[in-house]
Amino acid sequence: MWNYTEAVHDHFLHPRNAGPLSDANAIGEVGSLACGDALKLYLKITDAGVIEAASFETFGCASAIASSSVLTDMIKGMQADEALKITNRDIAAALGGLPKQKMHCSVMGQEALEAAIRQWKGEPPVPHALEDGALVCKCFGVMDAQIIRAICENGLKTIEEITNYTKAGGACGECTDTIAKILAETITPLAEIKPKARMTNVARMQRVLKILDEEIRPRLATDGGDIELVDVDGNRVIVSLRGRCSHCRSSSVTIHNLVERLLREHVDTDIIVEEA
Amino acid sequence: MKTIYLDNNATSAVDSGVLAAMLPYLGSLYGNPSSLHNFGGQVAAAIEDARESVAALLGAEPDEIIFTSCGSESDNAAFWSAVQTQPEKRRLITTRVEHPAVLNVAQYWERQGYRVTYLGVDNKGRLDMDEYAAALSEDTALVSIMFANNEVGNIYPIARMAEAAKEKGVLFHTDAVQAVGKTPIDLKHLHADMLSLSGHKIHAPKGIGVFYVRRGVRFRPFLRGGHQESGRRAGTENVPYIIGLGGAAQLAADHIQKERIQVSSLRNKLENGILGQIPHCIVNGDTENRLSNTSNISFKNVEGEAILLMLDRLGICASSGSACTSGSLEPSHVLRAMGVPFTYAHGSIRLSLSCYTTEEDVDYVIEKFPKIIKTLRDISPYKD
Repeated sequence: MWNYTEAVHDHFLHPRNAGPLSDANAIGEVGSLACGDALKLYLKITDAGVIEAASFETFGCASAIASSSVLTDMIKGMQADEALKITNRDIAAALGGLPKQKMHCSVMGQEALEAAIRQWKGEPPVPHALEDGALVCKCFGVMDAQIIRAICENGLKTIEEITNYTKAGGACGECTDTIAKILAETITPLAEIKPKARMTNVARMQRVLKILDEEIRPRLATDGGDIELVDVDGNRVIVSLRGRCSHCRSSSVTIHNLVERLLREHVDTDIIVEEA
Repeated sequence: MKTIYLDNNATSAVDSGVLAAMLPYLGSLYGNPSSLHNFGGQVAAAIEDARESVAALLGAEPDEIIFTSCGSESDNAAFWSAVQTQPEKRRLITTRVEHPAVLNVAQYWERQGYRVTYLGVDNKGRLDMDEYAAALSEDTALVSIMFANNEVGNIYPIARMAEAAKEKGVLFHTDAVQAVGKTPIDLKHLHADMLSLSGHKIHAPKGIGVFYVRRGVRFRPFLRGGHQESGRRAGTENVPYIIGLGGAAQLAADHIQKERIQVSSLRNKLENGILGQIPHCIVNGDTENRLSNTSNISFKNVEGEAILLMLDRLGICASSGSACTSGSLEPSHVLRAMGVPFTYAHGSIRLSLSCYTTEEDVDYVIEKFPKIIKTLRDISPYKD
């Protein structure tokens, strides 16, 4: 049996603000039956942006119900913009903590709150960055941006912790490698990330030439190929493949997977490589 | 608050007579059964009496009974012995609905290079005999199939499956942890080569199990060391628990008819009482062919852990195949193998009775259940 706090038991057995809110003007929905938990959060926000009333409907375990209940108590009377600052850690803390395997319940509360306020503001339920991102966990429908956010806001350090907070990787486990990659990239100390200083065209050209010479040419040479720089125009780098690469059927693969990837890594993340 | 214990497939109460029989062996009768003196020798004699009781319950010979620490040890030993004595055979057969004590062992041998067939089940949890027949080949080192399923209670056609294995010269093991004492097992007529049993499911304490190995079956010990258990399981005997298991085996043999008639009628009353009052719930498993004590019910649109905690508050002990109860994120592997729809899979509750369950207990649970489900459905966003 889980070691739930008194507050979790209390909110589970005596949920505050349960049931739909008939005059709600903002609703946030997250989760699904398939995932095993879901929360529908109802808010009534005044013209002045104050959350006047909040209620919830939750399908899920005791900690999911308790997280929803405590959240509605926390946000009542708050300015909507203030409420957006509530993190999943705040929700868990208001319950005196949650078992680590249950932290995803607090994340669900935060996501529903954000979705509701976005709806009130006339924004799509999830930020574009989230929609455009990559689906990492197919079983639970978790996007890369959700994982990155959980890592940053909770200081997560292991794949297991990420699963506890987001559910990602908790079923078939196929995405474990992707999660590991996201984790490694996210927790790389900021200092190690190359500053994205504005580069002059000359500096950019010099760096492109350097990477072509040091990193790319030697690799192509092993296949009997070569590369020549034709032009650099802003973030567009135009190249021409030579030797055996010039009539290779996978030349466009080479351009994108090797040349563009290495230039983005070493020179600038928004570089686009084109073949002359 | 009174405890109403409906979780007997998890563990069962130690019978008071069993406890009384054990106590002298935790006190004054502390001799080592291997000693030459009579003080130890009398303990050895008591162990042999217990062995006979267990053998009688199973229709086995006393020298086919090896005492172990638990059902899991017996399951591990079955795979170990089968693999070690037949190194030329490279296949194993089991099912997708086994207890982890078998499933994880099969997966271990799979990682060691064995080809493992995991037999699937239909939506009632029934095995496909044609799939089994097709999988059974002469290079199969072991077939291991549970006698009865711990979650939904299905009883599998072990006699038929063991016979088919025998015809192909393939060793057959059955994890009978849930079946012993609940359904008759007679190894004189049932050709299983090996069988696992656990004491704490039949009113003996936790920490004692049995590994049955039929006479003539080649064997390699899983635990090596001293000569105990005729050299087949090393380690000084867990004397008080063996005595307890002997007593529990006698009780089980005496009570098996009562178990089947009285317990099944209470189980049916409980199940019908719940289904009759609560809309949108289904019974998981093969109701035509299951243990007399087990009922597994799924409630649509509610989550199992929440139901369990509300039951717990009323002193009612049950368990669930929901994801949240185990710390995993998916419903139980058994319900998934059966393809129980997800609208129901997260809301499964297992109620497992014993001969100590009373009609009063059942009436109380029937009375309390509807309000719990209604409360949770009222706060669920899914209403249909």
